[in-house]
Amino acid sequence: MSTLTTAPPAPTGARALVKRLSLHLDTLPTGAAVVIFIGMIVYGEAAYGRIVQFNTLSNLLINNAHLIILTVGLTFVILTGGIDLSVGAVIAFSSVAGVMLMNAGWNPWIAMALMVLIGTAFGAASGVLVQYFHVQPFIATLAMMFLGRGLASILSTVPERLADDNPVRGLGTQIKLYDGPKVNDIAITPGVVIAAVVVAAAFFVLHRTRTGRTVYAIGGSEQSAALMGLPVVATKMWVYIISGSLAGLAAVVYTARLGSAQNITGIGWELDAIAAAVIGGTLLTGGAGFVLGSVVGALVLGLMNVLITRDGSIPPEATTIITGGILLVFVLLQRAVLARRRE
Amino acid sequence: MSANAHGPAEALKGLVRRQYFWGIVAIALLLLVNLVKDPGYLAVTIGSSGNLVGNVIDILRAAAPIVLIAVGMCLVVATGGIDLSVGSVMVVAGAVSMEFLSGAPDTLGSGLAAVGLVIAVSAALGAVNGVLVSVVGLQPFISTLVIMLAGRGLAKVITGGQNTAATNESFRWIANGHVLGLPVVFLLALLLAVAMGILVRRSALGLMLEAIGMDAKAARLAGVNRRALLLTVYVLAGVLAGLAGVFATASVMTVDVSRTGYQLELDAILAVVIGGTSLAGGKFNITGAVVGAILIATLDKTVVFLGVSSSATPAFKAVVIVVLCLLQSERVRRAFRQRRAAAARPAEREAVAA
Repeated sequence: MSTLTTAPPAPTGARALVKRLSLHLDTLPTGAAVVIFIGMIVYGEAAYGRIVQFNTLSNLLINNAHLIILTVGLTFVILTGGIDLSVGAVIAFSSVAGVMLMNAGWNPWIAMALMVLIGTAFGAASGVLVQYFHVQPFIATLAMMFLGRGLASILSTVPERLADDNPVRGLGTQIKLYDGPKVNDIAITPGVVIAAVVVAAAFFVLHRTRTGRTVYAIGGSEQSAALMGLPVVATKMWVYIISGSLAGLAAVVYTARLGSAQNITGIGWELDAIAAAVIGGTLLTGGAGFVLGSVVGALVLGLMNVLITRDGSIPPEATTIITGGILLVFVLLQRAVLARRRE
Repeated sequence: MSANAHGPAEALKGLVRRQYFWGIVAIALLLLVNLVKDPGYLAVTIGSSGNLVGNVIDILRAAAPIVLIAVGMCLVVATGGIDLSVGSVMVVAGAVSMEFLSGAPDTLGSGLAAVGLVIAVSAALGAVNGVLVSVVGLQPFISTLVIMLAGRGLAKVITGGQNTAATNESFRWIANGHVLGLPVVFLLALLLAVAMGILVRRSALGLMLEAIGMDAKAARLAGVNRRALLLTVYVLAGVLAGLAGVFATASVMTVDVSRTGYQLELDAILAVVIGGTSLAGGKFNITGAVVGAILIATLDKTVVFLGVSSSATPAFKAVVIVVLCLLQSERVRRAFRQRRAAAARPAEREAVAA
């Protein structure tokens, strides 16, 4: 009798903490990514030195601007529960086509717009295949990946150099914001500015607009989203178009920085972008994640490259192995977190 | 439908209805194109050492690795998964065998040991995929994508970034030897494909794989051991890809870490789709995959023979995959069915009137 009448025990301090934490489990992977990023900086500074200084950190942004743009695009797709494997190949085709057009005498700005539009076209094709013909996203985008790579190889198999006086190179030139001692300056490129604008726009769209809420809703449950009357079809088309266009934009930024393009550019970048998004806390099954987390994920990967170069004992070929390993670890972490939440 | 049709005609109809029939037609068309360009294209002569020599034999030789990876891919696709790592497993297999053989004596024993080593390594890579898919529950394309990109890195680490070459006559024989005048590679590939076909079709194994591909939950409720089967399938696909890597490297006894097996997952997927296996899972056709593999080898050889730049073939293959995916999709099928129904209706009316 007495057991029936006793009130439920009040949550103790520890339990309340667990409960509060479990409400914010979504942010746990993102938090982990930030911790890892800071940990890597501290380790790098302690082990190799010259990490926490302006030019290293500026270069981190400059060298990874294209990856940040790619990752933002992929975050949209992954949030809906889809995937885009074609981004690396789109970059290859778009940059080779763009450079060849410019070298053929096209107006650079029109050629650049075309580079972005090539990405848009690939994204739209993937979107149509996925949405109207119910091809699985990875099959559709895999076919686009092979297509992009194949088209790039048709155009050229040797590095295509951009002319030295081409205005596109201006997007890759460094602008000193703060002139530090020796080479220790704060510098950015227009490419970094573009990446920052993309991140800000994506943040606004995802967190402040209906489209953004629909993206999350589709990832949570496509069926529920459709039953609620959300524009599922149009939104799913849009995420692939966004991802494709951003891949085109990343091609512009990357080509501007490098000054040349080749058909083998961007092999494995889809893995980098997926890994960056996942490290940043985006669930591969969709429905949860943050654009800013993805940016941190991209910077973690970029910093990893810097540390590997500084270390020197790890062969650069091993980078993809390490990236793959990190991706797997984070996916396992997500599984564990999800399993906890279901309990 | 027509009960009074004769036996052979019925059999022909059955063949026509199979999707890989169109694969056979395509092979015939490609050979015809070659024949128009060079009337002696199909000629098979007996070479100096009593072996058959000719373009067709070359095609069969080139088809061997594709047959192996296509059969492995076929089984994986049947379970509703995909294996993007086949090309990378091939290059790892090539790297492992070449590194081993370059330091080993030129004997039959070391040749066999190299093959054994390849089987072990590729089985391990397949097992990684299998565990990630079956135990961890990762989407197949993510886990195999990681192996696809990390595998090539692994091969570069194994060889130190170099294209290792080695000499071993018995190992080379696998790719360049002949039995009964036919290349060993093709006979081996055919043997493995037939063995695999008998294994899955003469037992309930194939049915269970299809059950997993159709509805994993229902399969589990029906008592299908999903985990063990998935693990087995990915290990099998890995081993077959490893052997394909042996075939690809043994012919030149060199592993090219950036080109061996590059984009061969495209060929494997294409072969499987041409053979009538749905990428959505739940049904597969090993004969079709073999036909598809031979078609791809024929296509590759034809492109080279006609002097067309071979850089265009990957894009062409990708377009074919897209078209075949569209044909497999429900929307297109419905449209076809409606057209057929519309065409059949007036005929029915006439029949009733008569």
